[in-house]
Amino acid sequence: MTEQCSKIIRGIGVSPGIAIGKAYLLERRRISISQHTLEDEKAVAEECKRFEAAVSKTEMELEDIKRRIHPGFTEHAQVLEVYQLILRDPPIHNETLRLILEEKLNAQLALVRSIRKAGERFSALDDEYIQSRIADLEAVGERVLRNLAGLEHNLLDEIKERVIIVAHDLSPADTAQLRLERTLGLVTDMGGRTSHTSIIARSLNIPAVVGTEVATKSVPHGAIIIVDGASGKVIANPTDEEVNLYHERKEEFENYLRAISRTAHFKARTQDGHLIDVEANIELQEEVVAAKDNGAEGIGLYRTEFFFMNRVDFPDEEALYNDYRELAELMAPKWVTMRTLDLGAEKLATWYPQIEEANPALGLRSIRLCLHYPDLFRTQLRAILRASDHAHNIRLMFPLVSGVGELLSAKKILREVKEELTRTRIPFDEKMPLGVMIEVPSAVAVADMLAREVDFFSIGTNDLIQYSIGIDRANEHVAYLYEPLHPAVLRFIRHTVAIGRRANIQVSLCGEMAGESLYTPILLGLQLTSLSMNPQAIPRVKNLICRSRAEDCRRFVAKVLRLRTADEIGRRLHTMMLEKFPEELRVFNPGILPNEEPPREDRSRTKRKLYS
Amino acid sequence: MEAVLEKIEVLEQEFIVANRLGIHARVAAQIVKVAGQFESEIWIAKGGSKVSGKSILDVMTLVCPLGSKVQISAYGPDASEAVNALAVLFQTKFGEP
Repeated sequence: MTEQCSKIIRGIGVSPGIAIGKAYLLERRRISISQHTLEDEKAVAEECKRFEAAVSKTEMELEDIKRRIHPGFTEHAQVLEVYQLILRDPPIHNETLRLILEEKLNAQLALVRSIRKAGERFSALDDEYIQSRIADLEAVGERVLRNLAGLEHNLLDEIKERVIIVAHDLSPADTAQLRLERTLGLVTDMGGRTSHTSIIARSLNIPAVVGTEVATKSVPHGAIIIVDGASGKVIANPTDEEVNLYHERKEEFENYLRAISRTAHFKARTQDGHLIDVEANIELQEEVVAAKDNGAEGIGLYRTEFFFMNRVDFPDEEALYNDYRELAELMAPKWVTMRTLDLGAEKLATWYPQIEEANPALGLRSIRLCLHYPDLFRTQLRAILRASDHAHNIRLMFPLVSGVGELLSAKKILREVKEELTRTRIPFDEKMPLGVMIEVPSAVAVADMLAREVDFFSIGTNDLIQYSIGIDRANEHVAYLYEPLHPAVLRFIRHTVAIGRRANIQVSLCGEMAGESLYTPILLGLQLTSLSMNPQAIPRVKNLICRSRAEDCRRFVAKVLRLRTADEIGRRLHTMMLEKFPEELRVFNPGILPNEEPPREDRSRTKRKLYS
Repeated sequence: MEAVLEKIEVLEQEFIVANRLGIHARVAAQIVKVAGQFESEIWIAKGGSKVSGKSILDVMTLVCPLGSKVQISAYGPDASEAVNALAVLFQTKFGEP
């Protein structure tokens, strides 16, 4: 008997759910370039006409895509305008015609040559930004070539059956063209949790795995594949057994989700009566719908940097103000917690002089960067303050605060901005609560002092883990040490909660840990009363909260806090979860089921990606 | 023919790129769109290079970060209107910070 060999590819699961179907590879569908010399004047004239027709068609297509772009991504529409100009630009358009007329080249070859020539001009310049624009030239060229070849321009329109799209990367234009009724799932080589594709996939509930690095090279076009958007696993050429197993999982997943979603709109109360506030972390205003649909009781973390990152230019105060005001109005009367810019220096390089840093994780990032560029910080604070006046439901939060000194510097700027607004009679919410994120060990150590200066704490576990254990989570050699269950991390959380209680200020937790249902009993046991997570995790976490007893969780945590290693704590937790919530594990965390335990190295690698 | 020739104007003015990001793709698009509305030839020069103000690729290859000095020249019947329209773009920093 021949054993069929399936192939497992790991990536980042960014939109939970299971898809089983045929892979549709966008990359392998490149057009081949025909080349020949034109025979006579008549052929030359014909070829020029053919080229002009292809250009006009491309222009109309771009116009059409522009209209169909997701309303939240207007900046992408502007990218398409650049495409339209490139299309008619003399160095491309006239040069192609010249090559047809003078060199008697066929249109495709002539176009490829003129695009290449323009690309060479770009690469010759010692400017990273300009060089990166070669991709625009190629994107435009490909569209025209497709039309010249008489192919349907729209790759995604060509798809006649329900398929799983496998692509190197999906551009905003591609995503705008996605035919959802034909898309079972998405797999890409590039991307992370917050890339455009991931956000769209999540908001539309399409199972998606991104950042696989190799999917387009490893998955054959037309092959049957399985996409597990929860664990980040992609299986190419699965065995019959795997297909059956995942069909069952898919059904189970859908039934489970339906069941827990029904109760997601109720408040989360433990069986012994403790009310837990469950809020959403969002990156874009468009996610408000997902947050509300999933039963969020507020926005616990608005990652304002995303609005800055996904654009070529720097947003001005008006753009920020409009975004913040709309978000606040959409969520009113519920709270919206706005975290000021949490960017690293390397991400700002397009706007500011690049700073060489040996260790960016310990460098000029987040609040430090804002204090370094006070004008930028003021602009954002002004926009937030102005927006706060509308529904009085905005809370302000500073990230990565390392101590009282830094907090006072930030507060000083905030006070100045407030004074300036008062002077110019621009209204704002004078009682807007102010909080800090607790994510550096020094902040934990002086939490009592910070508590006197603010109205709330929010624990950011992603960075707190990285800094407590002293590992760079992007460094694969030490990524195995990234342990959310490290006793030090749990002690730090416990300490922060205790200080918050004593000072009578709210303490919430908004790192990835909050959204992983595996950790829910631990967080309840650590006496957190407010959790903020990605919207899709809310029904699951609420479900576990409602089925837990806070008292039991506390006892469990007291017990595991006596254990000495993250491994021991993890094993104890898995045993408890398997006993109490076996279906939750089966559906969302199949990787930790005893019969499916992946090799250790592998797990740490997936973990790293999950948190990076 | 002569009547047309008489109308030709030549105009040159210097500008400083004042938006933080300099002339990136979308700003270049704005310049080219405005320049394209005029009949006159429009040239943009910086340092030793001079390119057509009606080509987005040309304008981008000029590489103009914040603080660059550029000379804009226009030759044609609507040269002064063209330079004025482009002046507005530079003075308003292309609507950017």
